[in-house]
Amino acid sequence: MNKTIKEDVSIVLSGEAGQGIQTIEGLLTFILKREGYYVFATKEYMSRIRGGSNSTEIRVSSKPVKSYVDKIDILIPLTKSSVEHLGDRVTEDTLIIADNDFLKLENKNLFNVPILSIAKEIGNEIYANIVAVGVILGLFKTNIKTIEEYLKERFGDKGEKIVSDNLKAASEGYKLGKDFSESGEIKIEISANESLKDDLLISGTDAVALGALAGNCDSIFSYPMTPGSGVLVDLANFSKNFDILVEQAEDEIAAINMAIGGWYAGARSMVTTSDGGFALMEEGLSLAGMIESPIVIHLAQRPAPATGLPTRTAQEGLNLVIHAGHGEFPRLVFSPGSLEQAFYLTQKAFNIADKYQIPVFVLTDQFFVDSYYNVKKLDLSKIENKKYFVETTEDYKRYDLSKAKNGVSPRGIPNYGNGLVVVDSDEHDEEGHITEDLDIRIKMVEKRLKKFEALKEDFISPEFYGNDNYKYLVVCWGSNYNVVKEALENINNKDLAMLHFSQVYPIPENAVEFLEKAEKIIDVENNATGQFAKLIRAETGIKIDSKILKFNGMPFSVEELTAKIREELQ
Amino acid sequence: MIERKNMFSLENEKELDIAWCPGCGNFGILNILKKALEEMEEITPNNFVLVSGIGQAAKIPHYFKNNAFNGLHGRTLPVAFAIKATNPDLYVVAESGDGDMYGEGGNHFIHNMRRNINITNIVHDNRVYGLTKGQASPTSQQGMVTPVQVNGVILNPFNPIAVAIANGATFVARAFVGDMQNTKEIIKKAIRHNGYALIDLFQPCVTFNKINTYAWFNEHTYKLREDYDPSDKMQALQIAFQEDKIPLGIIYEEKGKPTFEEQLTIYKQNKDPLFKRSIDLNKLESFINSMR
Repeated sequence: MNKTIKEDVSIVLSGEAGQGIQTIEGLLTFILKREGYYVFATKEYMSRIRGGSNSTEIRVSSKPVKSYVDKIDILIPLTKSSVEHLGDRVTEDTLIIADNDFLKLENKNLFNVPILSIAKEIGNEIYANIVAVGVILGLFKTNIKTIEEYLKERFGDKGEKIVSDNLKAASEGYKLGKDFSESGEIKIEISANESLKDDLLISGTDAVALGALAGNCDSIFSYPMTPGSGVLVDLANFSKNFDILVEQAEDEIAAINMAIGGWYAGARSMVTTSDGGFALMEEGLSLAGMIESPIVIHLAQRPAPATGLPTRTAQEGLNLVIHAGHGEFPRLVFSPGSLEQAFYLTQKAFNIADKYQIPVFVLTDQFFVDSYYNVKKLDLSKIENKKYFVETTEDYKRYDLSKAKNGVSPRGIPNYGNGLVVVDSDEHDEEGHITEDLDIRIKMVEKRLKKFEALKEDFISPEFYGNDNYKYLVVCWGSNYNVVKEALENINNKDLAMLHFSQVYPIPENAVEFLEKAEKIIDVENNATGQFAKLIRAETGIKIDSKILKFNGMPFSVEELTAKIREELQ
Repeated sequence: MIERKNMFSLENEKELDIAWCPGCGNFGILNILKKALEEMEEITPNNFVLVSGIGQAAKIPHYFKNNAFNGLHGRTLPVAFAIKATNPDLYVVAESGDGDMYGEGGNHFIHNMRRNINITNIVHDNRVYGLTKGQASPTSQQGMVTPVQVNGVILNPFNPIAVAIANGATFVARAFVGDMQNTKEIIKKAIRHNGYALIDLFQPCVTFNKINTYAWFNEHTYKLREDYDPSDKMQALQIAFQEDKIPLGIIYEEKGKPTFEEQLTIYKQNKDPLFKRSIDLNKLESFINSMR
């Protein structure tokens, strides 16, 4: 059997939780990136610590790849059930590299490689994943030095024995992979580009956490919840190098109240959570609205209601974040589509929250936070952080109406200046003291809502992609940015364009022109009811009839979206 | 003689529309706390923050001249914790009722004493829900008949003192508003204690609790002897379970245990509160580059 894969290869490794699938993902993507390839990786996993069937998809390409595909060119199953788990994605074209002495699979595209035997010879079955890494790197004929260096970096602090065992496992696998390549049985032809080896390779989680750092986030309070907790873990790691106060709260309710307390004392605080965790934070959001506190909330969505599918992906949290909290008060919701956007928008979130004294959301999802790809650069040169709190004078009033611009009164913090800072979850007067004066109530409501007007002037424009003279406009938001883009590239129709919203609320003012120009709008969302399409209708009056919705817990694949958009064009 | 005004009194103190019933124990706490603060030279309205939740007791910051955060029901402690953690220069007192601290905020009560954050937690304990018209609170006596517990309270009353001692709180006291002088001294000691300090402060609800009246508290409490040693944890626990005669005073005190903020790396080299700090973008840039 001779098979050549050109330009773009999709490699899937699958096994039980605990078999080191994530280690493989980390090793392969970083080594291949260093070898000068564009890589993309995303994982899907079950909600369990051991067992089950998890997989990671790694795309390696000669051009940028940033989205998930259904096709599997090469599959490395570490358990018998892996193949079944992947279902229809394993086709006649899929090459399977497996230790068939153990797995006993029946498949005509099977390459029997003694992955487990090699691992056992080295001393432990656990090395099977590293042998598999070696096989793949052998197929790419990767420089063995890069592998060595990386293994040393990665396992160096675990001692020499661990490094040498891993190295042995990798090189045994490497030889086998290289043999396949040289015999022509499996040939991968993807051109590497030296200049890519210095690219960043980060995940959505990293992008949000680094963006928070860049936004001068100095404290994070959170209760762990998949898939949002990665940001908490990242910032905890960054706290070894930067001054960040990281506290794992006793629950989500504590977390958001802590973050608001932090802002009150002048710290830039955030919480990170998922839909279910945020549901518990709702009252705290309302508190932020009432006392006009800034706060940054990162919410990585997953399928709901209730506990839903804890480790899968969805865009079901939009209605939640827009409508959460009782009462009427302004807020802003960013939903980045690319890793770069996640970085810059999270940074901006802190400044917008501070400037307008409002809650700002960074809304991502499991697929987004768990995906990695090459990022050329995160540009810090244009980043500006302004602290908006003021030094108070003795006559300071927290909710001064005479000094409010666009509803924003100067925000003082305790012990900075001679004034006193009083905030109250009850309706309050200008000094922040509780009041039941109904005239003041009206003034305070109007003051708070006035910020909406200012926000409309300070919006992030949706990103347009395609030919200006479009007839069909695909509307999407958040993590569907890259997959829609790749589908449009595949379709290559001059009548077709994309409008991606990374600010989903309030709907940016200039979106209306784009929407009105289209003969047909096609809405793409990872939910069952088209939440964003409904929001557009509520905010602009524009009704979207064509919807491509997916809500089985998996992200859109390039192939299915390409096909579904094509159908809509007929 | 003109009486000097307390620096923690609002300018319009006389005209304040105070929401408490005449005779409410909260008035006493308000006055005692004001006096205690004024007697502490290190504290000014500026470097002091009073944090509260919801309920009648929680309205206390509005009758004070100082920085104040009147937040949500049960959420006093997370807010107070974060204010102190992000700016250790501030003196922080978290004050609310027994429903707020022990009921709605029970989880925070447990975990903030584990943190040993250097704040003072004063709980106005009147053993009833006043603002919502007399339902049972976590500290209500068994058998007490209320509009909801119509056949009498079945639940075992919450024992804040025993819970606090068992849970690692480093300063645990009980006071009674009728005993002004002692209560004031306990408050001062609590604020000066380096670590989390709990004062469960008896305060009669004259409208809705007809059992635990001033007379009842007078009759059922006694002052701990002067030679009482609060550092003895087992003795303190024993005292915490006394029910016929309830002791007033500092029941347990552990000195020298590091506070939450003292253990944070961010304050090891640099004592500045977080609001004075900024990210070094050049350092961040090289950090990001090191990830390549």
